[in-house]
Amino acid sequence: MTTLRSSSPWRLTASGLAKLGLNGRALVIAVPMIWLLVFFLIPFLVVLKISVAEPMIARPPYSPLFIEGQDGWSIKATLGNYAYLFEDSLYINAYLSSIKIAFFSTVFSLLIGYPMAYYIARSPEPKRSLLLILIVLPFWTSFLLRVYAWIGILKGKGVLNAFLLKLGVINEPLIIMQTDIAVYIGIVYTYLPFMILPLYANLVKLDDALLEASADLGAGPISTFFRITIPLSLPGIVAGSMLVFIPAIGEFVIPALLGGPDTLMIGKVLWTEFFSNRDWPVASAVAIAMLVLLVIPIMLLRLAQSKQGDSA
Amino acid sequence: MAEPSLAADAKPWRDAAAKPFIRIKNITKKFGDFTAVDDVSLDIYKGELFCLLGGSGCGKSTLLRMLAGFETPTSGTIEIDGQDVASVAAFNRPTNMMFQSYALFPHMSVEKNVAYGLLREGVPKPEAMVRVADMLRLVKLDGFAKRKPHQLSGGQQQRVALARSLIKQPKLLLLDEPLGALDKKLREETQFELIRIQETLGVTFIVVTHDQEEAMTLSTRIGVMNDGKIVQVGEPPQIYEDPCSKYVADFIGSVNMFEGIVDAGVPDTLRIKSLEAGTELLVEPPQGLKIGQPVSVAIRPERIMLTREKPESPNVVYGEVEEVAYLGNVSTYRVKLENGKTLKVTKSNRLHDEEPIMWDEKVYLSWSKAAGIVLTE
Repeated sequence: MTTLRSSSPWRLTASGLAKLGLNGRALVIAVPMIWLLVFFLIPFLVVLKISVAEPMIARPPYSPLFIEGQDGWSIKATLGNYAYLFEDSLYINAYLSSIKIAFFSTVFSLLIGYPMAYYIARSPEPKRSLLLILIVLPFWTSFLLRVYAWIGILKGKGVLNAFLLKLGVINEPLIIMQTDIAVYIGIVYTYLPFMILPLYANLVKLDDALLEASADLGAGPISTFFRITIPLSLPGIVAGSMLVFIPAIGEFVIPALLGGPDTLMIGKVLWTEFFSNRDWPVASAVAIAMLVLLVIPIMLLRLAQSKQGDSA
Repeated sequence: MAEPSLAADAKPWRDAAAKPFIRIKNITKKFGDFTAVDDVSLDIYKGELFCLLGGSGCGKSTLLRMLAGFETPTSGTIEIDGQDVASVAAFNRPTNMMFQSYALFPHMSVEKNVAYGLLREGVPKPEAMVRVADMLRLVKLDGFAKRKPHQLSGGQQQRVALARSLIKQPKLLLLDEPLGALDKKLREETQFELIRIQETLGVTFIVVTHDQEEAMTLSTRIGVMNDGKIVQVGEPPQIYEDPCSKYVADFIGSVNMFEGIVDAGVPDTLRIKSLEAGTELLVEPPQGLKIGQPVSVAIRPERIMLTREKPESPNVVYGEVEEVAYLGNVSTYRVKLENGKTLKVTKSNRLHDEEPIMWDEKVYLSWSKAAGIVLTE
């Protein structure tokens, strides 16, 4: 039996790989690692390379990093593009404005999403699944189409204004389109499921006995909510907030379609630099700076998750 | 401080004039079509350690949850200390509960868990912390104040849960399967600990359990529940020696049951014809039985004597030992009668000189007239 197994082709392959220091476990881990390397790290390095180049009227429109001179290869890199981000207040303002819009969108999503997630988590089973499907349902149509639909709702002669005028709540159409309000509506609408789902996953695990114990010890419903429910759902709040905040910072489509000329977001600036100004190096620098900006909240998320792992 | 007078000594339920502390009147609880608790009425006295005993799904936990205020009765009233609590929300009731799962707040330290009730009540923090420290000493957990619940063993968590439910000195403490998650040895220790704490603080305890041994050890009185109804209430010896129905006799301890028909009796003795026993059973006559009435006779295994020689006894049957289990202090026997029925017999192992009865031996089984309990339902 032993000889049979040790001489089978699979055993031979496995033992051969083992000699190279690879076992099944390492191979399984290697697949996603290679994926990340090919589809994240290499494009990132390309962008990083462009961000330290100088713009040129050429194709591609930037100076090469490695130059072949008479005395071999040399590297030509500049941090000028990054310095430029600080020189022109446009970029700083765009970053700050993006953070502001992303932050308030996250807060609104949390305020709307928490009660929804709580309600779904407390619903009895068949209803709960139905509600979850309804939350995910919008993903089945194109994101772009849904944002266009909002234009139809919010524009001067749109559905919302027609409705409010008919009711007599307002006398003249509200100007929502091409303002920051429209951007907030768009972002909160788009990313709400990303807030609800992690919150739901957390709240559904909440043990009823804990809420009963709190009531039993004399805490009213509001006190119980703030002392038991909220602290225990903190990991869900953090996860949901990150899932809204991070994509909202770099959002391009929503401010481009719903926002006005005054809506300043880093995604739009990036697009302008890249396609209108054809300044690839500055556009790349903007992108890299944004990435660094986003790594901080991601690190916070990781920290929160590892804390959650501790207490579980 | 005067010793609190203990219900265990005073036995107020024997006094018809005594005022009950908790008065449950005609309580019914329905979940849809299912009746979890069916027209239960029960009086419980101050300082009692009352056990609600029954199998799973008998309604004992639902009854407890109605006392705590987590469930609203479909009909009926509950009075605690003279106050109708129907409209009182759980967080305003003078009761505290120890949960089966302990329900410790996982994000709070032991100390904060125990202090929770006091702080919600508005007790100033320094005072609360002193009382928490005292309480942790009472449950022998001083030194664990800063730990989180998940850093404690099951037994320690159970004591935190107990401390947390006692800290507000509730008039009534409700315990839902308090010892369920503990191993046998820890459980026995904790049982006596519970009694000690109950007697120290003089709080009224209502304990829900499915474990009849636990109920026997702990309680001043036991209420046996089945199918949402209370089938018998009594002191532990009464429940054991004088069960009111086959269900109770069978549920509490083990029992040998014979079906039979009441035959004529002479004074002091009632004859019951039983095909199952293969003979007539002689018992002390209870009241109100008619000749020809079908009854059951329950005989506890420890009331049956095993002998090799035929003894002088009103009830004697003959059989063969099928199984012997040595349990240390006692041995249990399964003896097959000539008509095929198997009887359980428990024999205490205090005599060393005697040659023990072993497998396949032919033996006589005998019991006194007083051993047979006649049950009509």
